[in-house]
Amino acid sequence: MRIAVLSGKGGTGKTTVAASLALVTANSQYIDCDVEEPNGFLYLKPEFSRSSVVKVRVPQIDESVCTHCGACARICQFNALAVTPKRVLTFSELCHHCGACSLVCEAGAITEVDRRIGVIEADAVGFAVQGRLDVGEPVGIPILEDLKIWIEPGRTAILDCPPGASCAVVHSLEDCDYAILVTEPTPFGLHDLKIAAELVKTMGIPAGIVLNKAGKDNSIIETYCTEQNLPILLEIPYSRKIATDYSNGILPVQASSEWAYRFGELAARLPKVAQAVKT
Amino acid sequence: MRVIVTSTGPTIDSPMDPRFGRAEYFLIIDTDTMKTTAIDNASRHASGGAGIAAAQAVIDAGVDALVTGHLGPNALNVLRDTKIALYEGHQTTVAENLNQLKAGQLKTVTSSGPSHMGQGGGMGQGRRGGQL
Repeated sequence: MRIAVLSGKGGTGKTTVAASLALVTANSQYIDCDVEEPNGFLYLKPEFSRSSVVKVRVPQIDESVCTHCGACARICQFNALAVTPKRVLTFSELCHHCGACSLVCEAGAITEVDRRIGVIEADAVGFAVQGRLDVGEPVGIPILEDLKIWIEPGRTAILDCPPGASCAVVHSLEDCDYAILVTEPTPFGLHDLKIAAELVKTMGIPAGIVLNKAGKDNSIIETYCTEQNLPILLEIPYSRKIATDYSNGILPVQASSEWAYRFGELAARLPKVAQAVKT
Repeated sequence: MRVIVTSTGPTIDSPMDPRFGRAEYFLIIDTDTMKTTAIDNASRHASGGAGIAAAQAVIDAGVDALVTGHLGPNALNVLRDTKIALYEGHQTTVAENLNQLKAGQLKTVTSSGPSHMGQGGGMGQGRRGGQL
């Protein structure tokens, strides 16, 4: 089973929920998909002993056979090539590795070569796995695709998604059985929850809510959830204790048996709620 | 001489567009006849590489000179590879810039401005919620 944890808005508690769930779920894997800024390791403190470099294929031009016809630059949807009368300039950081340029090159002047964009790191048992995009690289999607290879069949994978609802989140969500939408009772939280809820609905993935930083009046989120028929699976109060622990690298499930129990209960319910929505 | 001037409108009475990659229009002007052709800059909404695409459009237009505001590092890299003369225009109309060009009053571009100059706040950029 694959469970995605996403939120739209950053800083709502994706990592708190995803890492906590991974800790209390039997035979689980925590997959940090926030490749621009993975941070689950701060709490799970794994020893990364395995790694694999993520590479993409980018065009290399053989100027000795290039006719400077310009076909490669015209086909490129990402403006990663420019053809001057003298040579072809490639901007590999803009390249999306689709290979169209080499397909249209009649002169056969384009070969595709490997370029490193990041790395995947994992501990010995595959409990903690993270993707990390190299500094300065703009496109992390290929790392997300490689990350999925590390998910082992038969284990429960908890995917800690990047913030937002962009391509990176869509790629993280693909093939997931259930989505946990983490939100907070603020107008900004609701605004981005709506975007996230619409995304999972469009992708046909059943979803439930974890309401973080809950206060006395959470009606802003509760009203929306009732309207949309989204179950609130868990409420985590706005608590100084939880925040202080978190800033020291301690998750609620590590700090108190009460929270270990509540997250354990949530973990136990998840296969049932995911199944219930499907049938 | 054929010149491209980045422009906010399709005629030479329009203010020059200081953005290059994200300019509204490219005006191709034959300075001998003053015949003007306006090209709508299709790549101004590109999520990335607008300057490169614009530089390619300038090359493909086969002009002798370019007058614009800020050239980003990528666009400058492409255009430096050509014989096209690059001029830094003033924030007046396209026609006025042409007069200054003819009078030899425009500076040639020697270095690039910052990248993403003409890009509105956050446009086309991946958003990191809460960390803006």
